[in-house]
Amino acid sequence: MTIRRRIAVATIGFGATALAAITFAPLAGSTTISLSRAFDTSRPFAENVDAQIFFVARLPRTLAGALVGAALASAGVMFQGLLRNPLATPFTLGVSAGAALGAMLALTFDWTIGFAGISAVPAAAFVGAGGAVTIVYALATGRHRGLSTDVLLLAGVTLNAFFSALILCIQYFSDFADAHRTLRWLMGDLDVSSYQPILTSLPLLAVAFAGFAWLARPLNLLSMGVDSAHTRGLDTARAQRQAFFAASLATGAAVAVGGPVGFIGIIVPHLVRLLVGSDHRVVLPASALFGAAFLVACDVLARTVIAPVEIPVGVITALLGGPFFLWLLVRRT
Amino acid sequence: MIAVSRRLAIVALVTALFLAGARPAVSVRAAAVQTRPSRIVSLIPAVTEMLFAIGAGPQVIAVSSFDLYPPQVKMLPRVGALLDPDLERILSLRPDLVVVYHSQADLRRQLERAGVPMYIYKHAGLPDVLETMQAVGARIGRAPETAAAVKKIQDHLARIRARVQSLGRPRTLLVFSRDALALRGIYASGGIGFLDDMLEVAGGENVFDDLRRQAVQATTELILARRPDVIVEFRSGELSDGLRSKEIAAWNALAAVPAVKNRRIAILTDQRTVVPGPRVAEGTELIARIVHPEAFAK
Repeated sequence: MTIRRRIAVATIGFGATALAAITFAPLAGSTTISLSRAFDTSRPFAENVDAQIFFVARLPRTLAGALVGAALASAGVMFQGLLRNPLATPFTLGVSAGAALGAMLALTFDWTIGFAGISAVPAAAFVGAGGAVTIVYALATGRHRGLSTDVLLLAGVTLNAFFSALILCIQYFSDFADAHRTLRWLMGDLDVSSYQPILTSLPLLAVAFAGFAWLARPLNLLSMGVDSAHTRGLDTARAQRQAFFAASLATGAAVAVGGPVGFIGIIVPHLVRLLVGSDHRVVLPASALFGAAFLVACDVLARTVIAPVEIPVGVITALLGGPFFLWLLVRRT
Repeated sequence: MIAVSRRLAIVALVTALFLAGARPAVSVRAAAVQTRPSRIVSLIPAVTEMLFAIGAGPQVIAVSSFDLYPPQVKMLPRVGALLDPDLERILSLRPDLVVVYHSQADLRRQLERAGVPMYIYKHAGLPDVLETMQAVGARIGRAPETAAAVKKIQDHLARIRARVQSLGRPRTLLVFSRDALALRGIYASGGIGFLDDMLEVAGGENVFDDLRRQAVQATTELILARRPDVIVEFRSGELSDGLRSKEIAAWNALAAVPAVKNRRIAILTDQRTVVPGPRVAEGTELIARIVHPEAFAK
């Protein structure tokens, strides 16, 4: 099969899965609604509870899940390729810890400033993610001409630990309610309750996804090793830099919308590779689409399993992801 | 070096505790003050308020880091709180009664070894507030004063009940935590606990009455489906008028909710609604005035 054909087959296959998930997810929830009433335009929207549950509660939530899932899964592919490490996740390089620090400061000190129609917590999370990316990048490029992936990895892991320590420290001195809210934020929550966070993250994610499309081939070369990629005429430093920033941008935007939902960035890429092989031109679009479907499905479980009480979506992905990952490990060895 | 000095410190502490426990004078004194302690350390803001309300204020010598009321506590030393009680500080104040949380097992053990009398507090609902107050009063030998203070609170609660009795019971959402200026991270009171009890007296029906838990994560879908007539938010700290109206406007996204449509959303920043102490009746009246403004209109 030619590469074009393989891309087409994977895109259509996983695209259909994602489309099915996005279509059916808004039909499920903690309550039952009547679709005919929800789409009944003769009643004013402000009076129509079914329509509000569908369009204010469920649809934004489903779309947020699809975007966050797609971003985290494809960022996971990028980081695994860039760092040449199958254990890499979108959160390995400190992006999520930086975002968590920002979100926690906003939650603890009740910041009310935001930007671009975004409230303080996601805004602070995005700024925190940006800060972490800048620090890690500065460290990894400081003494080297190019980008050292080893330093990148070490700096990221250390920054993760350092930010976690800061978070624990501030949490210890904040009151219970704030500490609990931070903990809850870390588990991921897609109940965005408006389209604004989705719209604001869209341009950022569009840039990141365009970068991914552009970088699929260079990433194939990079994953064979920097030297080998270099001899094949790739400007490796530039490709690494672009991959790092595109993947970080996707991760930062996703975490700002839905919190650091774990395991998506690692289960989805590995599952997809099992199905379609390791060519990034196929793996990247397939992971994005399957990531969207997977997180939307997990979120449906999160809000229906013990409804009306909600299970944090990050708990669902981790409960599914942990055993899967162990299976993967055993199967490999 | 550090390990050695730490070990020495532990040995010294253990010896000191042992000596303190072994001194017969201490245990005699502890038994004597059982009835009327004169040096009380309170780690629980609600109990601090109770002590002041029953006239034992002058005997309170230290409070927790979260104590705010009555104003006299601002002058008192702070000895930590639930998670970080400062045992050394507490012992150095030579208290003859320490009010501790039931869950502070380590602290309780240490105080017991040091021979310091304790009152052990358990957090619970509204009826328990008056019971706790009576128990505290009996413990410090002020039963008559306590009975009078408890009677006053009971009468106030009865007056509130009487005012709202014949009225309907609006379905109310009690929010105690929410992200700033957004409908995210909303936590509300379930069908048990202090806030739910206050609402019951105030003549409202909790929209989450059926969920037998203290805290419920209220998603937008759940709030839309439960259709509260009234929304009461509880917050700590000051809130400017501008920010208050912006926070209330954040609810406009859920226009189908009766409370939003009829503009029946209020934000309470008053300590009295969150401390299960002797001001519970005043806190309950604040809630009743929101749930049933017609009953208090003069």
